[in-house]
Amino acid sequence: MPATKQLAQRKDLMAGGHRACAGCLPMTAMRQMLLAAGQDTVVGCATGCVEVVTTIYPYTAWKTPFIHNAFENSAATISGAEAAYTSLRKQGKIDKKINFIAVGGDGGTYDIGLQALSGAMERGHNMLYICYDNEAYMNTGIQRSGGTPKGTATSTTPAGKVRSGKTQFAKPLTEIMVAHDIPYVAQATPGYPKDFTDKVEKALAIDGPAFINVLTPCTRGWRYPPEQSMEVARLAVNTCFWPLFEVEYGVFKVNRKPKEKFPVSKWLEEQGRFRHLFKEANKGIIDEIQAEVDRKWAWLLKREELTQA
Amino acid sequence: MARRLTLTGNDAAAEAMRQIDPDVVTCFPITPQTELMHKFAEFVADGEVKAEMVLVESEHSAMSAAVGAASAGARVMTATAANGLALMWEIVYIAASNRLPIVMPVVNRALSGPINIHCDHSDTMGCRDTGWIQLYSENAQEVYDNILQAVLIAENPHVLLPVMVTFDGFIISHTVEVMDALEDKEASDWVGEYEAKYSLMNTEDPVTFGPLDLQDYYFEHKRQQIDGMDNAAAVITSVGEAYGKLSGRTYGMIEAYMTDDADYIVVALGSTCGTAKVVVDEMRTEGKRVGLLKIRSFRPFPHAEIIAALASAKAVAVLDRSVSFGAPGGPVHKEILAALSGTGHTTSIVNYLYGLGGRDISLNHIRSVFEELETVAGKTIPADEVRFIGLRG
Repeated sequence: MPATKQLAQRKDLMAGGHRACAGCLPMTAMRQMLLAAGQDTVVGCATGCVEVVTTIYPYTAWKTPFIHNAFENSAATISGAEAAYTSLRKQGKIDKKINFIAVGGDGGTYDIGLQALSGAMERGHNMLYICYDNEAYMNTGIQRSGGTPKGTATSTTPAGKVRSGKTQFAKPLTEIMVAHDIPYVAQATPGYPKDFTDKVEKALAIDGPAFINVLTPCTRGWRYPPEQSMEVARLAVNTCFWPLFEVEYGVFKVNRKPKEKFPVSKWLEEQGRFRHLFKEANKGIIDEIQAEVDRKWAWLLKREELTQA
Repeated sequence: MARRLTLTGNDAAAEAMRQIDPDVVTCFPITPQTELMHKFAEFVADGEVKAEMVLVESEHSAMSAAVGAASAGARVMTATAANGLALMWEIVYIAASNRLPIVMPVVNRALSGPINIHCDHSDTMGCRDTGWIQLYSENAQEVYDNILQAVLIAENPHVLLPVMVTFDGFIISHTVEVMDALEDKEASDWVGEYEAKYSLMNTEDPVTFGPLDLQDYYFEHKRQQIDGMDNAAAVITSVGEAYGKLSGRTYGMIEAYMTDDADYIVVALGSTCGTAKVVVDEMRTEGKRVGLLKIRSFRPFPHAEIIAALASAKAVAVLDRSVSFGAPGGPVHKEILAALSGTGHTTSIVNYLYGLGGRDISLNHIRSVFEELETVAGKTIPADEVRFIGLRG
């Protein structure tokens, strides 16, 4: 796997001048993804921020083939493209190796696109699905999704006089994909670029379906200064809110075990969307979030131990 | 050299698909389309076709995967009916807007609710404005012939639009008929190789498909799509003529059956046209000047052909097998009135609603319609007057 320095010397396949916000980590994730995947890659993207900021006609930021179809079907669309490739390759009409990557935000993946994703993974297409998880429907104005964490203030779960943000924990999507028994599932974040690009390369090298859930902080929706995006991403990892791990043919590997596991409040306090949780009345919510982080982290380490044995 | 076969409509569609041998076929089961896909799956299982069959988890994904495959330069087919078509509706629009020449047999079935698996045209009439070309079939022979022609129509560079080939659920899909098929070589030469102008597979000169298209370009792109649909009319006709030279069966936008001197004409689509032809034949032996106007291409709508065919009739019955709730008459009726508007015609036009949810239409029903036409000739019929065939109460 190439070092970050080597990756930086590769051709940048995402043109500058697109319309993303300053500090947008979904777009950082896309650049890193393309550096790892290379020119011979077809990218399909669900409706959402990434699609909107990169493809305003007559411009495109994509220097690889790219397709946007609709909100809920990026997995199905890319599975069709991959089937076409398989057919044309069998007929001798194409001979080079092409990577197929479907992309969706958390809304397009956890919620409206979950069925298409599940179907594509079950069918065993040779494709990688990357979810850029910024934990709400950011493109439509920061509404809660199945991927939004408990306690988050969003446009549809605002912190009010009697409610304190989203009341449910996020859907465990990465676990759901592990349960699909596909060859490769991972969690990553562009805050740790080499970890992410290594995972993209590994996923593309594997024959069969792969899934990577990438935590991508959103300066507008998470309410922190744009220059802090990378720190916020890393803090999610070092509080164990978003562990970096991979599951290869059922074997768990935790890629980063923080020397000092910070309390989750250290991550929460950086973000305006959790500000209300620091009122005395809401302290119990932070305790609940911490307990859930601890439970999941322990269970992750346990599974690594069980499956590595 | 024709091969005489005895097939159901579904098997006739599968036979056409076997001979076309698309690169990719996507599919999700729904009655009464299932046997079409069973048959095609057998061809795949026996290695008789090269197609990659993508057995998706919903019709929405069937059309989504078809869009992905067609954008990757593949010749693509899928098939559906009723609620399946309704579920894929969003992507049906996108397939046409992205100018992807997908061919899709649709086995006409009533839309829920209440749930019903039998024939009416509510499914395909409901998506008449999606930008797909729509060819309606009278019998298994036409199902087969229309699918083979649809490939050339869709892929014509002046058209580049997807085509629905519709046929009536159970009435055509599940009944066995004698029909003629082309030899395999004739069929494969007819459809030829598909070369997409743009493809996702071209990584050296990459293209972005499906971009965000706002106030400054969307309208122009829609105009291009309108032009493509307008161009389709001439292409449907020329492909129908060329197919006639190959098979002996020539097709046009409409079929005017004994309309030249007819005083009374029934307008219909699909299998009902076969029933109506029998009635026309019977009544002609009785000296009645009756005829049938069959609309084969509902999109694009054959205005000029219809004006010519109906010009000298005293009274016309337009048979609709779907409802346009709250509108004056069914969708076919409205289109006919619009076509004749401004032509100075004096024909009395009556709208009949029939056959919803698979309600049978018999020879006697159609004879009664012709007899009613004799009584309305010369009268002005209100545009919102709808008569019902075979309805109790």
